[in-house]
Amino acid sequence: MHLVYPAVLSALLFCTGLYGVLARRNAILVLMSVELMLNAVNLNLVAFDVWLSRAAEETLHSGQALTLFTIAIAAAEIGIGLAIVLAVYRNRGTSDIDKLRDTAEGPETEGPDTSAAEKAEATA
Amino acid sequence: MTTTTLAVLVPLLPFLGAAAGLLLGRTAPGFVRPLAVLPTLAALAAAALVAVRQGGDQAIDAHTELTPTGSVPIEFALHIDGFAALVAVLVAFVAACVQIYSTGYLREDPRYPSYAALVSLFTSAMLLVVYSGDLIVLLVGWEVMGICSYFLVGHYWETPEARAASLKAFLVTKLGDVPFLIGLFALGTDAGSFRITRVLGAVASGGIDHPTLIALLLLAGVAGKSAQFPLHTWLPDAMAGPTPVSALIHAATMVAAGVYFIARLLPVFEASQAAMVVLAVMAAVTMTGSGLAALAQDDIKRVLAYSTIGQLGYMTGALAVGDRGAAVFHLLSHGAFKALLFLAAGVIIHAAGTNSLAAMSRMSHLRDRVPDAYWTMTVALLALAAIPPFSGFFSKESVLGAAEHVATGHTDHAPGAAGWIVLVAGLLTALLTAAYATRLWLLAFRGRGAEAPDHGRQPLTMTAVLWVLAVPSLAFGGLAYRSLPGWFDGRDLTPTLLTSILGTGLALVGGLLTYGAWQRTSALAARIPLGAVAAHPEDGAGLVEAEAIASHEPVYGNIAYAPDAADPGRLLLGPLYRHAAVGFHLDALYSALFVRPVQAGASLVRFLDREVVDTYVQGAAALPRLLGAAVRRAQTGNVQTYVSALLAGTVVLAVAVLLVATGA
Repeated sequence: MHLVYPAVLSALLFCTGLYGVLARRNAILVLMSVELMLNAVNLNLVAFDVWLSRAAEETLHSGQALTLFTIAIAAAEIGIGLAIVLAVYRNRGTSDIDKLRDTAEGPETEGPDTSAAEKAEATA
Repeated sequence: MTTTTLAVLVPLLPFLGAAAGLLLGRTAPGFVRPLAVLPTLAALAAAALVAVRQGGDQAIDAHTELTPTGSVPIEFALHIDGFAALVAVLVAFVAACVQIYSTGYLREDPRYPSYAALVSLFTSAMLLVVYSGDLIVLLVGWEVMGICSYFLVGHYWETPEARAASLKAFLVTKLGDVPFLIGLFALGTDAGSFRITRVLGAVASGGIDHPTLIALLLLAGVAGKSAQFPLHTWLPDAMAGPTPVSALIHAATMVAAGVYFIARLLPVFEASQAAMVVLAVMAAVTMTGSGLAALAQDDIKRVLAYSTIGQLGYMTGALAVGDRGAAVFHLLSHGAFKALLFLAAGVIIHAAGTNSLAAMSRMSHLRDRVPDAYWTMTVALLALAAIPPFSGFFSKESVLGAAEHVATGHTDHAPGAAGWIVLVAGLLTALLTAAYATRLWLLAFRGRGAEAPDHGRQPLTMTAVLWVLAVPSLAFGGLAYRSLPGWFDGRDLTPTLLTSILGTGLALVGGLLTYGAWQRTSALAARIPLGAVAAHPEDGAGLVEAEAIASHEPVYGNIAYAPDAADPGRLLLGPLYRHAAVGFHLDALYSALFVRPVQAGASLVRFLDREVVDTYVQGAAALPRLLGAAVRRAQTGNVQTYVSALLAGTVVLAVAVLLVATGA
């Protein structure tokens, strides 16, 4: 099998995942998209490992070994990710990423007047 | 045990007592009293033994160098001559009396453990000053006393008077200590050593290049510590401390240190005629001024404080005429009777519930309430007024005799002018001393009016100490004046006939004048009602005193002065009375000259800091704040926006790398 088939497939998978991460609103779907991206990378790793080891005299198949690592880590990541989403949903009643904006910078509260007053208080 | 070991133990024991007292004060309150009294008593025994072994013979010198300290070496050195041996005995004796008295006086005070430890530390510092043969080690004791006096004068820190007085005592003595330190450095550099023996050797061989400058610098520190004009103003205010502390500061430690220091280094001062004349003028102004001021004070302890300043004036006067034997003789006898006066005053304040003489003069039978204080105080006042045969007579006459000796030109180691100044001022002060001593006695014990409140006997620890101190006040001078020259420089201390007659006559005149004035004014006393009396006289003595000090100003409008028409001092001083009561406006003068300019400077600096420096800082902060506000807008809180920005950045970087790699 020519290398271009898995490579194109993996690129398509990655782009789908990227689209999902950037555009989906539901946090669970975002996590699933992340999985797609990871698996695109896994596919690349396996395909290139096979392609490279075909020419070599002896090989450790490090690409396939790394794939196993990635799968294990992806499993852990999705477990924690889903637990967080579950906790957020229980707390907020939603898993919509657009509505979870707690880290947004609010309107400017600290003006020059209040800071001067605070300083005067601190030095007094 | 060798004499050197014994001598090291003398300052060390109270120091260890102080350390143990501070460490164990809270956890083991039962040990506090033994830890306060026993080390001091042991130090007294050791000091007495050292004095016996030294016996006025060759000075004991010992030194050890712990570590090299650069150009001029600093060593642990002992230099015990007759002066050091006897003064150490006095210090340990008075400190032991004060510690025993304090166990009764402050028995209900919650801060007694730290108080007792600080008194021990104070004693140890003074003993270090007395025994030290190295000027820098002496300075350590000198400064430890300064900080201890700060803590002890401020013992009743709940009252604003005590807080102000402790700060004032500390600042004024430090004002003298800065020139003192510079003077010590100059002396050490000139002599090539800080050892007292080597310094004196260098002086004898003419090795000191700037004797006047050094002597005047050292004199500033002595004036601060020994409360001489113009740095004496802290001492009357220091009366806001507990009475035993006043006794300790005034009799044996702190104020005696300055006089003792000059006595030790007298040849350095004698090398400069100008310094001796300055010393004489300082002594004369201090003596007469304090005598006048004492005549107008209302607080019984302030009268005694001014009398201390005056008696210290006698000592510096004796030093100004080059007779350190007379100075230390007066230091010893004064130490005994002044400690007695203060401790007796503490008993009286407790019994009367007030520290105001005006209020005491409206109480009858006060002397029946405190018979021990009455009799011992009478003895001490007679000693203060230098009536023969009490000890003050012999020591004061030895000072006047030395001044007369110099004034008539029998000696060349002190200028004749100094002799005349000291002699005239000393005789005038003898009159004033007798006058204020009589006034104090008459107002305190011969009051007429309502009976003094009776709240039982004073504790035995307090009254027994009075009698112990009464013995040297009565007999020390008469017994010692023949044997003391053997301990000192060998100069005769016997009173001369002329000064004895003059001094005693003037003292009698002063006493009789005051008695006459009192006879005339005491009739007025009944017309004006009684002043303040502490509200809880059944409390411990220390609490009553704190209350009396705190209530004096609200009742009379001034801490020193009472508007009492029945005061014989008012009749004697005439128009001077008003000025004498406030110490001749010296505090107001200092306030106008130093305090207000400093405060004005401080407010100027405050203005510059707030309005000028801060403006620059805030201006510099404006641009970063603006940029920050712009950048903050990117923080939308939407994770997907962030990831999009990340992707865009990655793409840009990847394209840039590709372009660079392909060489486009």
